[in-house]
Amino acid sequence: MFPELNNLLNTTPDRAEQGKLTLLCDAKTDGSFLVHHFLSFYLKANCKVCFVALIQSFSHYNIVGQKLGVNLTMARERGQLVFLEGLKSAVDVFFQAQEKPHPLQFLREASAGNLKPLFEFVRDALKPVDSGAAGWTYPVLLVDDLSVLLSLGLGAVAVLDFIHYCRATLCWELKGNVVVLVHDSGDVEDEENDILLNGLSHQSHLILRAEGLATGFCRDVHGQLRILWRRPSQSTSQRDQSLTYQYKIQDRSVSFFAKGMSPAVL
Amino acid sequence: MLDSLLALGGLVLLRDSVEWEGRSLLKALVKKSALWLVYHDFFRDPLNWSKTGEALPGGPLGALRAMCKRTDLGPVTIALDSLSWLLLHLPCATLCQTLHAVSYQDSCPPGDGSPVGKVHVLGLLHEELHGPGPMGALSSLAQTEVTLGGTMGQASARILCRRPQQHPTDQTQWFSILPDFSLHLQEGPSKEFQPQSDPHIPLVDPMAHLTFNLHLSKKEREARDSLTLPFQFSSEKQEALLRPRPSQATSHIFYEPDAYDDLDQEDPDDDLDI
Repeated sequence: MFPELNNLLNTTPDRAEQGKLTLLCDAKTDGSFLVHHFLSFYLKANCKVCFVALIQSFSHYNIVGQKLGVNLTMARERGQLVFLEGLKSAVDVFFQAQEKPHPLQFLREASAGNLKPLFEFVRDALKPVDSGAAGWTYPVLLVDDLSVLLSLGLGAVAVLDFIHYCRATLCWELKGNVVVLVHDSGDVEDEENDILLNGLSHQSHLILRAEGLATGFCRDVHGQLRILWRRPSQSTSQRDQSLTYQYKIQDRSVSFFAKGMSPAVL
Repeated sequence: MLDSLLALGGLVLLRDSVEWEGRSLLKALVKKSALWLVYHDFFRDPLNWSKTGEALPGGPLGALRAMCKRTDLGPVTIALDSLSWLLLHLPCATLCQTLHAVSYQDSCPPGDGSPVGKVHVLGLLHEELHGPGPMGALSSLAQTEVTLGGTMGQASARILCRRPQQHPTDQTQWFSILPDFSLHLQEGPSKEFQPQSDPHIPLVDPMAHLTFNLHLSKKEREARDSLTLPFQFSSEKQEALLRPRPSQATSHIFYEPDAYDDLDQEDPDDDLDI
């Protein structure tokens, strides 16, 4: 996890808020550093994490995780991390007989499917075990990323329904958290992606948006992060609803600074 | 105006956006109007995935249609959180027909002549999720539209009210929702949110140390002010055009052709090669 990002979000692994949906989105840049941040954050917070990883392999997240101080292999072995490696297990849908539907069963369906098998996989992975010996704090679902589900043939409404059910079970019933990444297509007209992004934005409590700089690539400033807290309109709220910072990604950390205050420029 | 939104019957649309959420206003309005609350829980299992048999038959649409056939006569407020969910899952025409049937019940009283109580339907709609077609259809069904916005941390509601046979009214009301979901109306954005000029940066006059003169003397200023612009259509010019005086006609061109000029009207530029 990145300590500077924790400061900006005013949170630490010990006192993170529960029952929240966090939306990560990126536009014209790669927002996966946010996924790595939250993965290591919640593992350090002693949460039971279910990670639906559809983009990269397990070893990729493991290598980055080690730079951030978490060992995914050990977390998986002791049962703290349930990892669905989409790239590998997608093939199992076709070549292995399953007793119950595979989480990615929609790949086999010709017509528009739904993500009920995936939801059931997540629910079974994160439901509290009666023996309770492990003592994890609360369950967390992490998805990287949801836009690829649209590319695989699902409709935006099916993905929104999946997140709705995850929210109802994980956030409301089990008091856990959900973190999802969606790409913003930006200039490209992608109606389904826009519906997905806007629909999730309305359901989220916190939106982190990584954007490339409007002027193009830069060696010292990799992008801009906009943080939007969605809070009810309260008169006594002193905190800002929205903050914008620029960032630079280094080997083991990400440094954040106010706009125009990059150390390279000052 | 905001607190009397539900006085009129019909459909009230609450349009919110990602930046200015409307759910707390919906809850505040429900709290204000409801004496007795019936809560239909479609949050946990709207699509009946758990198949426990607890789900109401017909899903959310079935529940809404059941409200059309109510037999009790008191006024009722139906709050929908959210209409966007219904619009994403149902065809727009079906939803509009159901909303029309529910919200205009009081215009067709039952056969025994007894009056039916007013029905208010309060629906939360997320603006960015839908195209102009469905938004326009719901908008035309609605008696009142409340669009949420705001500035500098202060929320506002723009209320567009269409009453039959009257001019539509358009008002903006600043408000905030207190932690117990009561509605607090305000006059305008509160002063503490207005941007203060930074006292640390001294104001510098850019005209102070220049190497050229930007100022005008009194005489120059008078001369400048009394100058008429050449293409300005003043009354003098209008007079001159209406009564042209030959002696003061437009300017003349004096042309003395020299030896090499060959004024050929058919080829003035001398470049035709026929």
